[in-house]
Amino acid sequence: MSSLSVLPPAWILILGALLVPLIRGRSRIAYVLALPVLSFVQLLGLFGVPEGAHLQVELLGYTLTLARVDKLSLVFGVIFHLVAFLSIIYAAHVKDAVQHIAGLVYAGAGIAAVFAGDLITLFVYWELTAIASVFLIWARRTERSYRAGMRYLIIQVGSGVLLLAGTILHYRATGSLAFDHLGLGSLGTDLIFLAFGIKCAFPFLHNWLQDAYPEATVTGTVFLSAFTTKLAVYALARGYAGTEILIPIGVIMTIFPIFFAVIENDLRRVLAYSLNNQLGFMVVGIGVGTEMALNGTVSHAFAHLLYKALLFMSMGAVLYRAGTIKASELGGLYKSMPLTATFCIIGALSISAFPLFSGFVSKSMIISAVGEHHLTLAFLGLMFASAGVMEHSGIKIPFFAFFAHDSGIRCKEAPANMLIAMGVTAALCIGIGVVPGPLYSLLPYEVEYQPYTATHVMTSFQLLLWAALAFAVLIRTGLYPAETPSVNLDFDWTYRRLLPRVVGAVGRGFRWVEGRVLDRAQRNIGKFLDGVYRHHGPPGVFARTWPTGSTVLWIAVMLAAYLLLYYLR
Amino acid sequence: MSPGRKHWLDEPRNVTRLVWTLASVCVALVIGDLAYHKHVHFGFEAWFGFYGFFGFAAFFFIVIAGKHLRKILMRDEDYYDE
Repeated sequence: MSSLSVLPPAWILILGALLVPLIRGRSRIAYVLALPVLSFVQLLGLFGVPEGAHLQVELLGYTLTLARVDKLSLVFGVIFHLVAFLSIIYAAHVKDAVQHIAGLVYAGAGIAAVFAGDLITLFVYWELTAIASVFLIWARRTERSYRAGMRYLIIQVGSGVLLLAGTILHYRATGSLAFDHLGLGSLGTDLIFLAFGIKCAFPFLHNWLQDAYPEATVTGTVFLSAFTTKLAVYALARGYAGTEILIPIGVIMTIFPIFFAVIENDLRRVLAYSLNNQLGFMVVGIGVGTEMALNGTVSHAFAHLLYKALLFMSMGAVLYRAGTIKASELGGLYKSMPLTATFCIIGALSISAFPLFSGFVSKSMIISAVGEHHLTLAFLGLMFASAGVMEHSGIKIPFFAFFAHDSGIRCKEAPANMLIAMGVTAALCIGIGVVPGPLYSLLPYEVEYQPYTATHVMTSFQLLLWAALAFAVLIRTGLYPAETPSVNLDFDWTYRRLLPRVVGAVGRGFRWVEGRVLDRAQRNIGKFLDGVYRHHGPPGVFARTWPTGSTVLWIAVMLAAYLLLYYLR
Repeated sequence: MSPGRKHWLDEPRNVTRLVWTLASVCVALVIGDLAYHKHVHFGFEAWFGFYGFFGFAAFFFIVIAGKHLRKILMRDEDYYDE
């Protein structure tokens, strides 16, 4: 309990971030690097405390749990700290205080969220990740990034609003705010599921990811790639393990982004599609929900956080040095940036799950769990997606940035801090692949899985190298589509183009109807006033003085009509 | 690194060599299927060279499908900036 007696987990990062503007120069670098180390030391203290709820506070009659400690929260706590530290090294050269503050608060909120024991605390950190992270996009300070950031913020905060609404309904139905297994079945938990689904980039809810991440700063994208989506994976694993609908959702997530990644020209956007595809594997594992599948999901999230950060770091370094990240403008950079190219290839081999690299020891656990359940379609889907990963991240990213045709760009190698961050991350990717034991020991359940069997190694090599051969054939025969400056329509078209058009058309329709109605009303009122004037004005028929006799006659006519009607009834 | 320096990969012959090496490794891997007993979940996994064939076909399909998808999805770079 000692490490919790001072502050809840990760508050060192959140509160520490506020002092960043006061410190300048080299001391600032030392300071921002010290914060995750201190916070990690606090986290290590949590390994000694008994599992369960700690740091409970009463607020307006509700009990909030600021630190729920168990193996699931601890493993996410560890990897989030590790990636935060590596991202901060990568961003050490950045002078802009806003980016350091945003990065620290964002990482802190992400870490604090995985220790939230109740839905209200989760909601607060959920929204804090959204608000802090948008500054990493806005920090690019372009019109484009401002707009992308706005769209991102609306969707992220929207997800939080759904989470809150779901929480309220769930509380009214059950009287509980605890964030444990929720499962589908009531409106409250369905809404929470949807909130998690937005942040996890489920199909049709995914496009904020590909829209916003590539618009962030060079270093901001590395932070962004880590926390938001993996927080959602954690939340789904906590609340919806074994929810079968997650299996088809996950399989679709692994497959559809592949096709977009093939034709995308912005290499950081290719990585965003690839990130979406990787989340699919994790979601399938949660859907299967067995101990082995959940171990697979958690270990894959762990490995993925490192290799995905490494890939975004290498592409960030290319953008930083070459000034562009468009595949159509790049090529041949291995001559100028050999170290970055090497690190990128290590990331590519890891995400493709080559034996001896991290993806191999994690993804296979999910696929084996699917196999053990004899889910044939899901199994084939994940295999197909694995070939797709080889395409977009294994080959396309390193090939078009560093090889392909020589673009003639000659630039400096990445700055030293970026190289250190990439080097350490690459070493971890290999380390986990070669010696998976330490990672397995962190997983929520006992691991009885052996990744290095003859069958697994041979079949993986066959799948991946034959896929690489297909690439060679496609390139040599000229069938591989050329990289072209372009944008590709995705689901964001519905709210960036269709919705404004529909709203515009509806607005124009209303204006037309309004115009017609007003016009007609004006004419009718005019006619009515004319009529009134005609009948009641000085020359009008009602302005005349009528003799009493004619009035009596009209009254008699009326009475006769009344009598007639009375008899007819 | 001097811009004029010739690199090993600049020589087309070397790239061709690489491709042929890859092809030979691929063939060796499929022949390797005969050398051990596969532990599988599904019958089709045990077919001779299944994973190699699947990887090649899937990759080929993904790229060609992506190429055709461009006809529907591709727009000018400034499409959203107008």
